[in-house]
Amino acid sequence: MEKFEVLQSTAVPLPIENIDTDQIIPARFLKATSREGFGENLFRDWRFDNAGQPKADFVMNTGRYSGKILVAGKNFGCGSSREHAAWAIYDAGFKVVISSFFADIFKGNALNNGLLPLQVSDEVLARLLTQIEQDPQTTLVVNLVNQELEVPVWEEKIPFAIDAYKKECMINGYDDIDFLVNQKEAIEQYESNRPWAY
Amino acid sequence: MAKTLLDKIWDAHVVKSIPGGLDVFYIDRHLIHEVTSPQAFDEIEARGLPLFRKEQIVATADHNVPTKNQHLPIEEPLSRFQVDKLTENCAKHNIELYGLGHERQGIVHVMGPELGITQPGMTIVCGDSHTSTHGAFGAIAFGIGTSQVAQVMASQCLLLSKPKSMRITVDGEVRPGVTAKDIILYVISKLGTGGATGYFVEYAGSAFRNLSMEGRMTVCNMSIEMGARGGMIAPDQTTFDYLQGREFAPKGERWEQAVAYWSTLFTEEGAQFDKELSFDAADIAPMITFGTNPGMGMAIDALIPTDVPVSEQASYSKSLQYMGFQPGESLLGKEIQYVFIGSCTNSRIEDLRQVARFVQGKKKAAHVEAIIVPGSKQVEKQAIEEGIDKVLAEAGFELREPGCSACLAMNEDKIPAGAYCVSTSNRNFEGRQGPGSRTLLASPLVAAITAVEGKIVDITQYLN
Ligand code: SF4
Repeated sequence: MEKFEVLQSTAVPLPIENIDTDQIIPARFLKATSREGFGENLFRDWRFDNAGQPKADFVMNTGRYSGKILVAGKNFGCGSSREHAAWAIYDAGFKVVISSFFADIFKGNALNNGLLPLQVSDEVLARLLTQIEQDPQTTLVVNLVNQELEVPVWEEKIPFAIDAYKKECMINGYDDIDFLVNQKEAIEQYESNRPWAY
Repeated sequence: MAKTLLDKIWDAHVVKSIPGGLDVFYIDRHLIHEVTSPQAFDEIEARGLPLFRKEQIVATADHNVPTKNQHLPIEEPLSRFQVDKLTENCAKHNIELYGLGHERQGIVHVMGPELGITQPGMTIVCGDSHTSTHGAFGAIAFGIGTSQVAQVMASQCLLLSKPKSMRITVDGEVRPGVTAKDIILYVISKLGTGGATGYFVEYAGSAFRNLSMEGRMTVCNMSIEMGARGGMIAPDQTTFDYLQGREFAPKGERWEQAVAYWSTLFTEEGAQFDKELSFDAADIAPMITFGTNPGMGMAIDALIPTDVPVSEQASYSKSLQYMGFQPGESLLGKEIQYVFIGSCTNSRIEDLRQVARFVQGKKKAAHVEAIIVPGSKQVEKQAIEEGIDKVLAEAGFELREPGCSACLAMNEDKIPAGAYCVSTSNRNFEGRQGPGSRTLLASPLVAAITAVEGKIVDITQYLN
């Protein structure tokens, strides 16, 4: 997993609520057995028509927006547990998703892949979306170390929450598997004492 | 302090707690399938890690398999490659696999319970969000991502914070024609698609108690559709009767001991939940969805709501536009082109029986394509033994071979763009059943009636 400390970037706005993982990456593109290449089909059916031609009005195709931050409506990532959704977003070049609410499994998957799910209030989200739509050059600074989202044009630093352990992992590029494998002794001891397990 | 069902099972599976509020959480059963496991196998191999407890893993091929001619090699090269990869990985790591053609193959959440792999008090995970299904037995069961699949392979544990608890109580008798599916669609329509995010739900009250295990599985299955990590129902005599004698259920003296332990798994009087909701069963009507998330459901004879909060209006209109519906409109009389009866929500023998009972002696409407995909080989076999296959064939329904099929349209079972499909599955997301497809979620009974009528009707007229 790549390390994450501070990221400065413009952002792409996607003001739609309840964006589910089937929109992020439709099931028919889940046939690959590696983690790479899913970015091509990110938001596939919104981004391309049936003939595979880019739809001119979709935010990623208008040419108006770019950047490593995706700003999306509330309840982002609901639906399936497919980690392919996090892989697709990351593979398409995003490092942060900002929303006012994330679905649980998506949030966990994102954190396990170095993609930061950054939760802000509904009010901040609405202001951010308007700001970016009015000025696509708006730069945001995501400082994970200080847990702050800085919006320089507003001269504002907005604090955000993240689990302390997950923050450590993101900053250092560690993942849970290293930690868990080191717990083997405790796990074996636990296993030896489960009289109720059938 | 009085404990909830969740507390009891959770606490019994904590290997240790680490500072900061996370638990090293032990997993009893790990179910895997072809779509979300290959990258996990790659990961543990790349790190040179062995499988920690391979005997606690069971694999099946379900998401990406054809539902016709399963005895032949899979035609579509990418699907074949993915299914072969599972076979290869399982052989390499010595994992029990119920692959295509195996008598135990089936949708992972149908297969586990019917074999007795799923038991009360267990923790069960799978790289699939509908793992919540297994909670019907009084287990903590939830979907995980592929990185977590690798973690469980390597350590049989996950690093988790304990979810908040919610109890949803539905008491009273349901009206005729109201099934488990209607109850859960009703609850989701009340909570919305993110209403239970962060929570683990316990379903309580007589409306759930009175359900069969199949019905309870339908309910717990859809917990994720309101954002919940999982859903559970305390085990009782119905649970024990269902499990007794199944392949992997404890036998003899161990059965007695297990039942004694399982009988302790209930929420104690006075236990606190982070959130409590209750509904009256008598208020629930046969349901249908009209939008593009499972929270957009209503009584089948109701009008599409018009009172939507301002902040949600844009998403709401986008959704109705996709579906080709207007706010304030009734769905009664809408012509339907497809009916899909299947998926881990409603493809068990009880669902097929219900459909067969209704369609016996009737014919589907000429313009409707009606397909029924059993949840597993065992369901298929039982349906044939009971003559359900013949009843369905005479009514013009096509009985396929087991798999996820048009629930997620990964294989060739797709609903064409613009067409309406009444589906017994669990998600009506845009394009879920194929690009441009329009899904209306409903119970198997509503689906069967729709197939015969060729349009949405008020099903209550049939029940008198
Ligand atoms: S039937 Fe549908 S929801 Fe169930 S496991 Fe298969 S794809 Fe997932």
